[in-house]
Amino acid sequence: MDYTLLFIQTLNGVQLGLLLFLVASGLTLVFGILDFVNLAHGSIYMLGAFICASLTFMTGNFLLAVLIALPITGLVGYLIERFVARNLYDRDHLDHVLATFGLILVLDTSAHLIWGPEGIAVPLPAWLDGRVTLFGDVVVPTYRLLIIGTGLAIAAGLFWLVNYTRLGMLIRAGASNRTMVSALGVDIQTLFALVFALGAMMAGLAGMLISPITEASISMGGEIIITAFVVIIVGGIGSMKGAFVAAIVIGLIDTLGRSFLDDLFKLFMSSDAAETSAPAVSAMLIYIIMAVILALRPQGLFPPKVR
Amino acid sequence: MSGSKTTTRITIVVMVILAILPPVFLWTGNAFYLDLATRLVILAIAAVSLNLILGYGGLVSFGHAAYIGIGAFAVGIPVYHETYGGFDAVASYGGAFHILLAVGISALFALVTGAICLRTKGVYFIMITMAFGQMAYYFFLSIEEYGGDDGLVIDIRSELPRVSLDDPLQLYAIAYVSLVIAMILVRTIVNSRFGMVLQGAKGNNERLVTLGFNTYLYRLAAYVISGAMCGFAGALLGNFTTFISPEMMGWGRSGELMFMVILGGAGTTLGPVLGSATFILLEEVLSSITVFWHLPFGLMLIGVVLFVRGGLMGLFKGKGD
Repeated sequence: MDYTLLFIQTLNGVQLGLLLFLVASGLTLVFGILDFVNLAHGSIYMLGAFICASLTFMTGNFLLAVLIALPITGLVGYLIERFVARNLYDRDHLDHVLATFGLILVLDTSAHLIWGPEGIAVPLPAWLDGRVTLFGDVVVPTYRLLIIGTGLAIAAGLFWLVNYTRLGMLIRAGASNRTMVSALGVDIQTLFALVFALGAMMAGLAGMLISPITEASISMGGEIIITAFVVIIVGGIGSMKGAFVAAIVIGLIDTLGRSFLDDLFKLFMSSDAAETSAPAVSAMLIYIIMAVILALRPQGLFPPKVR
Repeated sequence: MSGSKTTTRITIVVMVILAILPPVFLWTGNAFYLDLATRLVILAIAAVSLNLILGYGGLVSFGHAAYIGIGAFAVGIPVYHETYGGFDAVASYGGAFHILLAVGISALFALVTGAICLRTKGVYFIMITMAFGQMAYYFFLSIEEYGGDDGLVIDIRSELPRVSLDDPLQLYAIAYVSLVIAMILVRTIVNSRFGMVLQGAKGNNERLVTLGFNTYLYRLAAYVISGAMCGFAGALLGNFTTFISPEMMGWGRSGELMFMVILGGAGTTLGPVLGSATFILLEEVLSSITVFWHLPFGLMLIGVVLFVRGGLMGLFKGKGD
């Protein structure tokens, strides 16, 4: 086996996992506290990428574009909460799914109207566009290291926010008992809007970070949202720790499965059979794993204690 | 219970219109509208099947389009092998075999995935059914022999005794009769003891369990019946479009099916039919006006969820009840 390739693919898997975590953390926060299913979360990820692309061309600076795009995606999240989600908290999940499904159509078509049907490639500044030699003959793009670093930093910041700040305390309290928190004089409406905007910013950030690698495209939202759902289901819906662990595991399994499953299959079946079955199985791998985990633990790996 | 006088009357009127209007379109030289009606009726069968578990059982399946795809491929794959050789076990042009395969594989897929999905509830159920739908989608997407991303053309339609699916009117007649049978079937199931348990479990599962019903098995049975019916609709759809691609089983399609049921009125006999009719007509009208038709369509969907409780059938209620 090629160990250099294995190392690089592992790094890619971690990178995918961290991006998945950025998207999934918003989903799981919103679900944990508001009991609200937001399918349109992937569209915010897509909008983040497009807004960042436009701003990069406008300002000529990718990092500045990210900094300006972040509050904009937060605002989009706030508007979604204010005009759609807020009216649906009392309804059942079916209504959430349908309304946010409609929201996907609206947001995706709006993106099509504004930016056209083609994807937009986002240029990186020269100092990020290079490669770094880690050790031996292992060379990785600088930018991928930046994504991993940013992802880890955001994850750490989020844990700190939720576990050690007053806002985090209110968020956790709101997740356990909404009515009680509200009765204690906390402006629950504002808290909900804040959580929604925070989740939107993180999904937007994930879209911005990936856009220089894959380019911003309309279909990217629909592609990541399903995987993000798999992540929060496997992790236990509403659990931040679960979302993190599951995101990394799913990211690794998906990336490594796609590159090494045929080699693995060749150990116990003919080369031809391995070549044909490996792509099918690797495309389904994360769903198979989700099915196995749910069959054994219907509440996911780390179900939140109070629900 | 679901048969107040007004709703029964409306149901009959709508079904009579669906029986008469499409042939008239064909004879007056508007074959296009017959095509539209055929698609409408086939999707209505799928919506009726979804309504059994969603409307009456309260099981929000977000992966129902998978069965449409399975049913369509159950026609496409045997025809492909009969035409180009290989995989002799399934190679066939026979319609009865296709339908058996479509219904059988769909039922099996529903049994296996349902057994896992039904262990979960609420939002987990919604998402895991969606994930299984995506699993089927990626499965067909990755098999290059059947076209993968590009889809598969069905060269020859299923061969049935005495009727020819190549004749648009006969195809429509078969789809229409199938829809009527599906509606009667669901209605019979719902009004039976089995259906009462299913609806009771939707209202209060603990109570039914305490009464000694194994609601898990009831739900699983309903889930399998629903999947098999939808697989049949898929076989019809494959014969209608003569082109199948994994795209027809993506999660967006499942969302559309759900919307049809909710738009028309979940838990009513006619609701899914009205819903799919409205859906198809809106899609047709809006997409002829602008390529960006998903924008007004999405806004309308949000509006329906926010303001129209009980769907279109809900508008009729209160008069006759």
